Amino acid sequence: MDTPVNTPILSRRGFLVTTAGAGVAFSFLTACDQTAGASNAPPFEPTLWYSIDNNGIVTVNVIRAEMGQHVGTSLARILADELEAPWENVRIKHVDSDPKWGLMVTGGSWSVWQTYPLYSQAGAAGRAAMIEAGATALGVDPASCKAENGQIVSGSKKISYRDIVRKGVAKTYTPEDLAKIALKPVADRKLIGKPVTSLDIVEKTDGTAIYGIDAKVEGMVYGCPILPPTRNGSQVNYVMDAPAKEIKGYLQTVVLKDASNTVPGWAVVIAETWPAAMKAAKAITLEYTPGPTANVSEKDIQDHAAKLIANPNSGSVLPLGNTNTAPAFRAAKSSIEATYTTATALHFQMEPLNALALQKDGKWEIHTGNQWQSLVLPWLATALEVPETDVVMKTYRLGGGFGRRLNGDYAVGAALASKAIGRPVKMIMTREDDVKFDSVRSPSVQKLRMAFDKDGNVTAMEQHVAAGWPTEVMAPFFMPKGEKDVPFDPFAINGANHWYTVGAHKVRAISNDLANKTFRPGWLRSVGPGFTNWALESFMDEAAHKLKMDPVAFRLKLLTAEGANAGTAPNSVGGASRQANVVKLAAEKAGWGGQLPAGTGLGLATSFGQERDMPTWVACVARVNVDKGTGKVKVEKLTLVADAGTIVDPDGARAQMEGASLWGLSLALHEGTEFENGNVKATNLGAYTPLRLADVPELDITFVDSAEVPVGLGEPATTIVGPAIGNAIFNACGARMRHIPITPAAVKAALV
Amino acid sequence: MASFKINGKQMTVEADADTPLLWVLRDDAGLTGTKFGCGIGMCGACTVHIGGKATRSCITPLSAVEGAEITTIEGLDPKGAHPVQKAWQELQVPQCGYCQSGQIMQAAAVLKDNPNITDAEIDEQMTGNLCRCMTYTRIRAAVRQAANAMKGA
Repeated sequence: MDTPVNTPILSRRGFLVTTAGAGVAFSFLTACDQTAGASNAPPFEPTLWYSIDNNGIVTVNVIRAEMGQHVGTSLARILADELEAPWENVRIKHVDSDPKWGLMVTGGSWSVWQTYPLYSQAGAAGRAAMIEAGATALGVDPASCKAENGQIVSGSKKISYRDIVRKGVAKTYTPEDLAKIALKPVADRKLIGKPVTSLDIVEKTDGTAIYGIDAKVEGMVYGCPILPPTRNGSQVNYVMDAPAKEIKGYLQTVVLKDASNTVPGWAVVIAETWPAAMKAAKAITLEYTPGPTANVSEKDIQDHAAKLIANPNSGSVLPLGNTNTAPAFRAAKSSIEATYTTATALHFQMEPLNALALQKDGKWEIHTGNQWQSLVLPWLATALEVPETDVVMKTYRLGGGFGRRLNGDYAVGAALASKAIGRPVKMIMTREDDVKFDSVRSPSVQKLRMAFDKDGNVTAMEQHVAAGWPTEVMAPFFMPKGEKDVPFDPFAINGANHWYTVGAHKVRAISNDLANKTFRPGWLRSVGPGFTNWALESFMDEAAHKLKMDPVAFRLKLLTAEGANAGTAPNSVGGASRQANVVKLAAEKAGWGGQLPAGTGLGLATSFGQERDMPTWVACVARVNVDKGTGKVKVEKLTLVADAGTIVDPDGARAQMEGASLWGLSLALHEGTEFENGNVKATNLGAYTPLRLADVPELDITFVDSAEVPVGLGEPATTIVGPAIGNAIFNACGARMRHIPITPAAVKAALV
Repeated sequence: MASFKINGKQMTVEADADTPLLWVLRDDAGLTGTKFGCGIGMCGACTVHIGGKATRSCITPLSAVEGAEITTIEGLDPKGAHPVQKAWQELQVPQCGYCQSGQIMQAAAVLKDNPNITDAEIDEQMTGNLCRCMTYTRIRAAVRQAANAMKGA
């Protein structure tokens, strides 16, 4: 990270400025090579972000990780549309880490939103350059020219981009020039919003797609780590590897010395093959001085969270304007209060953590899949005791990210093992170790309160949230400040700063320091809203029922789009009125208010996605059936509506909604584990049971037609399905759920 | 040591008898399309065909495949155009793609044995293959589409 930043909002604007800054270094370097027809003309590289070669092939540089979202396809189409490049001539290049790219991070459902302005402008500038060069070549007035399908056309004359590049292009734009280049009218778009086959599909059906785990170099050996008893603070005292020496291929075991303290207490077993390394790892005995969290349980962590919430001075109050709720609660005619909890949840991405590390020509190369290169490169440099410029991360496909690979800690283990033995090391973790080393979604405790006046109007609301803070532990420079300048982790509180108009509104984020010590908290798909919205939307339902109001009508009454909730251009035009719209649409589509069989209920939940600065308006109605005898919940159907502004890749957008919504279902009913003796209890699929195909309900997904700014779709649906299911369970059988995962035993116990 | 056929080619491997087939395929035969997921046969990412049956290669020791005929995703169809692969491509099933070799191998074996598969049987036969991106609704639809295509052929 080049520039520490204060808030994610500013920082992300900062990224745009940084990346746009790189983009506006718009000197068109291509020499004016007039050798007509020459096939050795250099490519036209109008910006960092793409080139057009002398065959007319447009190669788009993508700095975002490909982990299932077909991100290259979406981003390239934004650029190609403005450039008027024919899609069949477009190629994607996922680039290696290099300071010239600026901040490299793939998360937060930010990719399309962040990249859209930059790539639109870069494509439009290239189109303008092509028009100017094409007009010169054709001997016509540029005003008579238009770009279409990779050609410049003026009346009956035309010239292809290929031939323009072959003639050579020289063009320089100042930032002022760039700002004047007009983007295409929406009606003229040819690629954005149109169906497309993603460029990474075929390779993912025939075994040719290469992931981090497939990386190979000559002379590499394999490493299998042996993890210490605690994530932090354990020390290896003694290694007894005599039995391993009987195993064919076993080479040695190294205890890592890590100046970055990323992988404390790690030993890595080195062997000629991975099965040998794994087998040897089981045969080796280590003695440790365990870290201080060796006996910590889930209950310890949650009890600590409750204690922190009970202390009014802990944590950071978000600066949401009127946060003084005390007078409203004192004057209230009635009020409601409830506490919600969520269990530890795992990423369990399909590809276990791995990395290949080697030193080549004095530089370190790390071959792996990673979501936040800019975060891990300084750790690697510190651990290897080299300047950051001597470390490069080579980009591979990710066998699932979901936020796990935002934290690149695993790469440090591979790098130090390679340094210790002086050979390339391919480190692969067993599934059990991948899970034990997971940066889990912290368990959370939340207390919510709401005050009502004599007419049942909401006059104040509070949400107090205690959880482990990933950003505090790994990227404190990313933390904005709350009231009294107390920093908070936005990724552990976002979602609570909702768009309902509730009078005085106090949102307090509290870091659970015991959680932070016991494990390295992670960013898990949908981050904070994954738990804050569980509590918020369950609570909104409870408040509606207390007032004897319909939960949809209650929400609509509060989504008035006034004041701070009115929305601002360009990102949140319409504000809460767009959230009200998706709520109405989802309710209508799901037949809200209609007759249902006994034991069946509908429940609704809504959200603005991850951040107020990039709202994705979503709503879900779940239809569930509850077996009162067993407490078993069957989700029959999920009706989802999303307003994500302009949809760049319709099928990709739908795929993200499908995956995100089923993640929400899985987290609500099928996942969750607990800490026991400082580690997670469930370490493989026998005990950790994500959603399987047989339990997948019918999905009905609708996108609101919109030309507004495109926003993120990877996560928002995850946050609404859990509370929609909880609310549906209540409507089906009267059992109010306040903890996820929801178990049949909990449903039975709550039945009245 | 064991000798067997992989994708029609004879191969002899010098490795311990308890070595999981998965790593022989990936590291000795260089066929990395078959993936490591859980190591206990519960996710299905490592699914290959042994004697035409869908088999979890991560829990299949080398000693169990002496003389066997093994097919991996790379050998399912010379052009990557098996009806199951075509359905997967047409419906754009893969997201991260990591589990999809296993899903496709599972589906291809299931449909070969049961061309008249019912929707309930699709759920039952495919539910052992975990997809963490949760592409499940498309997997369902693609198996159905492939079944129809295979019957029509």
